[in-house]
Amino acid sequence: MSKSFKKITKTILIYLLLFTIAIIMIGPFLWLLSTALKSGGENIFQYPPKLIPESPTLINFLKVREAITIEKFFLNSTFVALVIIVINVIVSALAAYPLARMEFTFKNIIFYGILGTMMVPFQILMISIYIFSVRTGMTDSYQGLILPVAVNAFGIFLLRQAFLTIPVDIEEAAVIDGCNSFQIWWRILLPLIKPSIATLSIFTFMMSWSRFMWPLIVISNPDYYTLPVGISYLSGLFSSNWRLIASGSLISIIPIIIIFLFLQRYFIKGAMAGAVKG
Amino acid sequence: MKRRKAYTPYLFLLPALAFMGVFLFYPIVDVFRLSFTDYNMITEANFTGLENYRNLFNDPLFWKTLKNSFIYLIGVVPILVVAPIFLAILVNHKLAGIKWFRAAYYIPVVTSMVVVGIMWKWLYQGNGILNYILQTLGIINNQINWLTDPQIALFSVMAVTVWKGLGYYMVIYLSGLQSIPQELYEVSDIDGASWWQKQIHVTIPLLKPSIMLVSILSSIAAMKVFTEVYVMTNGGPLNSSKTLVYYIYEKAFENLNLGYAAAMGFVLFIVIFILSFFNIKLMDQSSR
Repeated sequence: MSKSFKKITKTILIYLLLFTIAIIMIGPFLWLLSTALKSGGENIFQYPPKLIPESPTLINFLKVREAITIEKFFLNSTFVALVIIVINVIVSALAAYPLARMEFTFKNIIFYGILGTMMVPFQILMISIYIFSVRTGMTDSYQGLILPVAVNAFGIFLLRQAFLTIPVDIEEAAVIDGCNSFQIWWRILLPLIKPSIATLSIFTFMMSWSRFMWPLIVISNPDYYTLPVGISYLSGLFSSNWRLIASGSLISIIPIIIIFLFLQRYFIKGAMAGAVKG
Repeated sequence: MKRRKAYTPYLFLLPALAFMGVFLFYPIVDVFRLSFTDYNMITEANFTGLENYRNLFNDPLFWKTLKNSFIYLIGVVPILVVAPIFLAILVNHKLAGIKWFRAAYYIPVVTSMVVVGIMWKWLYQGNGILNYILQTLGIINNQINWLTDPQIALFSVMAVTVWKGLGYYMVIYLSGLQSIPQELYEVSDIDGASWWQKQIHVTIPLLKPSIMLVSILSSIAAMKVFTEVYVMTNGGPLNSSKTLVYYIYEKAFENLNLGYAAAMGFVLFIVIFILSFFNIKLMDQSSR
């Protein structure tokens, strides 16, 4: 009896700890939501602060649309993310195949050259990429938002690992059937690495959705703002209107949080692959 | 073994190498070259030799931001290495609803740093909810000026980096934990080991590869901090929260002093190169 009592106490303590930490991780979002829901008549700076709004309203979410063209930023973010995913997946899957499955001259040099780029932070390269973008007219354009950040060593590495796990026999059978390399890649190997492609896509989406520094640098025309740049702009524009800032911030993160809740598995795999352990 | 044209592998690699050539390999060389010039986007670049590096050496703000970045690293990394281990142990319990807790802890990771920064700026207000909670709990007596006190601002920003990163490193540890054979804990139970003894003698040693990995990843991330500073403090007050990457941004894109920024970038590169050298070594081991 004392043993089961001990076990129950332990379970209660664990739940208590789990809840406390959950409050620390989720609490800030709830406070943001509370602020966004407060009506104009309520003093949001009152002390002590009040978590539950007196007369909750959605008006602030509508007002965001009067202040900034948030639906435009939303479309920009979505468009940019989708195009980057397509480019990244195709280019990475193409490059990963020979690196996993073929023998050729310079293979190791190319592989380590690609891997080595992971050691050079984008924050350094962007100085040169910015100059390049100005000269080629890519500033204030979708190309400027997309091309410089579309392909990276991570995607190639992740898909190479996926190709390595496929048995060679499958490929040999296809060669006997007379498939050429491209057909093997497209018809046989790509379908087999779908889970890794899904992981890469979602990881790429998350990175793109929250990317800030590069869009901040390459875009000055609000027509091309992505959500993070647009929200940062909003918070600069209305530095004391926290109802508006809170509403805009929430609008910008709702899509990614919904996608996360539905596709958690892939997010976790992406995080693992990002750490290159899986 | 296969009849394949000799150029086939290169055709597959071509798109990737084209992208990387333009946006990775060329910029690496170009930034290095720029660091020896006075290029400013307006006038032609002049070769100035080591002048940027000499100026850098005599620039107190460079040293200050470099120091701030190292304070960041020293402050953030130990917490991000240790705390998520306990989080992972906690969410590794097989309890009802545990998946929801894991998800909740991961939400800050998927949220953009811009929103996280804005959100915490709001929590950090003088009359804000954080001061209120801490006062109610009796942890502090007077309101703290989290982002406007030069003694405190850098640490307030660091706390946000930690808060956002916890869930990410927790997930890395979680998969490490799940690969530890359960029998090892059962054996220690028979030996009468306490909870702490089990963690110290079983969990920590077997998590060593993950611990190494998290140390390296969080160190590199700490050296690249920009967005949280940009959103919350703009590097102020009195440059007290200005990191090296923020200073590079300022020099390059606000003052258009691109040569000077490139020289700073090269210093940053050396620091990160040393840190990531270990990362690549580790990755290579795990991919074999």
